Amino acid sequence: MLKSMTLSLQKKAWLSVGSSAAVILLLSAPLFLSDFNLNLLAKFLAFAIVAIGLDLIWGYTGILSLGHGVFFGLGAYCMAMYLKLESTGGKLPDFMNWSGLSQLPAFWKPFQYAAFAIPAGIIVPMVVALILGYFTFRNRIRGVYFTILTQALVIITTTLFIGQQKFTGGTNGVTGFKTLFGFALKEPSTKVVLYLVTVAALVGVYLVCRYLVRSRTGKVLAAVRDAENRARFIGYDPVKYQLFVFSLSAGIAGLAGMLFVLHVGIISPTSMGIVPSIEIVLWVALGGRGTLIGAIIGAIAVNAAKSGLSSAFPDMWLFFMGALFVVVVVFMPKGIVGSLPQIIAWVRYKLRRTNVTTTQNLIEEAKS
Amino acid sequence: MSVIMLQLFNGVSVSSILLLIALGLAITFGLMKVINMAHGEFIMIGAYSTYVIQQAFTSNVSKAGFDYYFMFAIPFAFLVAFIIGLILEVSLIRFLYGRPLDSLLATWGVGLILQQLARNIFGAPNVAVISPEWLNGGWEIVAGTVLPYKRLFIIGLVAFCLICMYFYIYRSDAGRRMRAVMQNREMASCLGISTRRVDMMTFAIGSGIAGVAGCALTLLGSIGPSIGTYYIVDAFMVVVLGGVGKLIGTVIGAFGIGLTGAYLEYWTTASLGKVIVFAGIMAFLQWKPMGLVTMRSRSLD
Repeated sequence: MLKSMTLSLQKKAWLSVGSSAAVILLLSAPLFLSDFNLNLLAKFLAFAIVAIGLDLIWGYTGILSLGHGVFFGLGAYCMAMYLKLESTGGKLPDFMNWSGLSQLPAFWKPFQYAAFAIPAGIIVPMVVALILGYFTFRNRIRGVYFTILTQALVIITTTLFIGQQKFTGGTNGVTGFKTLFGFALKEPSTKVVLYLVTVAALVGVYLVCRYLVRSRTGKVLAAVRDAENRARFIGYDPVKYQLFVFSLSAGIAGLAGMLFVLHVGIISPTSMGIVPSIEIVLWVALGGRGTLIGAIIGAIAVNAAKSGLSSAFPDMWLFFMGALFVVVVVFMPKGIVGSLPQIIAWVRYKLRRTNVTTTQNLIEEAKS
Repeated sequence: MSVIMLQLFNGVSVSSILLLIALGLAITFGLMKVINMAHGEFIMIGAYSTYVIQQAFTSNVSKAGFDYYFMFAIPFAFLVAFIIGLILEVSLIRFLYGRPLDSLLATWGVGLILQQLARNIFGAPNVAVISPEWLNGGWEIVAGTVLPYKRLFIIGLVAFCLICMYFYIYRSDAGRRMRAVMQNREMASCLGISTRRVDMMTFAIGSGIAGVAGCALTLLGSIGPSIGTYYIVDAFMVVVLGGVGKLIGTVIGAFGIGLTGAYLEYWTTASLGKVIVFAGIMAFLQWKPMGLVTMRSRSLD
């Protein structure tokens, strides 16, 4: 009893040391990373934020959404509209000129103001999620059916964005930004500040989600995941919890999308399509669903592997990603972080065995 | 008038292809609670099998014989997709029974690998399959309204497959075993049905039919490694709309989506049409959350 308590205390101490070391490492990254790599890392951290959002709904509530690319994209477009209007000085963006619009569409107008655009980047995805969620969860459409509906949402959103070229920039998306609040986006100092903002957003989202999953609400979410009907019979309304967590998760994805646009400087329908949406799922699955830290690790690991592999062998990346899906689902359903205790136990076991054998060898050597 | 007729005809031909694709999906989901995201890649396999047969005929057979290559291509496409489906079932799918979400992710990975394989073997650009001479042209029912023979042929092919499936599912011993396993796996197994064999055969047949669908698609345009992804989500919507477990649900679902899609895309634009169809499906699910035709059961989850 005492031993296990000291062990858990030890574990807690190690965890807090590890996480503060990670935060310090992230915060000091601008000191030792090149501009290019810093930008890359910032992009990965934005992806890690959306991964946390997906983990919240998939890992903790058991609802698999293949539509997070859309929420990510909606947030990104809100930010992009603001940046575009700032770079044109409130005039008509270039792609609208090309497609024959002479006036700014009414729904673009409020995006001139950051005070509208930035909250909108979070609220718009939340509202879309609320609408979709209300009409599905209410009817107890769940599991695969819900997943397929979210995928259909991705298809129609991307076709809509491509089709309405004069409003959305079509396949090319929205790009050509110059400044944010008057600071040049290309400037390294702006990039460092944006990177630090992303780190802060990541830590903030992580802490909020950690608080949420450890709270009473988090327990109910897990109950809904494991036995929805039992939770309902006990007197909880699963629909409310599902709606809440789905829209929260969509809002987090929107936040990540806004940061993504700031780092990458472009948003187009390809960044919110089916493949990016399901890639988010892969990050969470590899890192470990149901562990928030796993989502972060998975997002960074997969994206680092992707940018390394796809530049060297573009063909290999798709094979690798496909194989990763199969391997994670079949052999490592808990992901890296979830399998960590098993891995540690296995390593310890092996170490002990080698220790035993070496002592045996020594004894035998002494005998002979 | 002729426009409405023509849209009806186009809608029927789109629906019939959707139906072929969705059949395999609905059966595998109903039987083993497995979502096969790689199903679209079996369409691709069928399409490329047709391409291979056509290449073989152009280099080995005289011009007169070439016209009949399609008659060989259909069974060949079925067979290739059937065998690859069998391999996939034995090597991966059987570990994923009853885990729909996991199977969705794993088969998505398989789909990526198959697409990239096709890209490596046949090249990334689309390839064109030359249709046989006797399918060119059309049947002029009213002056100005021409129904292309190709689409008529596809509708006929789908009708043939549907009749075969009907007899397989509802009139053969193998089909009876399949329905038994679908309704109650444990009981069927107790009564001596080899559920393993039923699962394997069903999955392979579903894949084979997708291969035939791919073969039919070669008549409509050039084919590429990602041809399956255009159809797979629509096919899934057919399953969601039609419900699981009965052939008739899938048929109604396919025609519902195909026909409304064809008309809406004509009246509005292609992208708006898709949005309206999706909204329609959502509205429909408010009324029947489990789809049009469901198997009655007293189980709660």
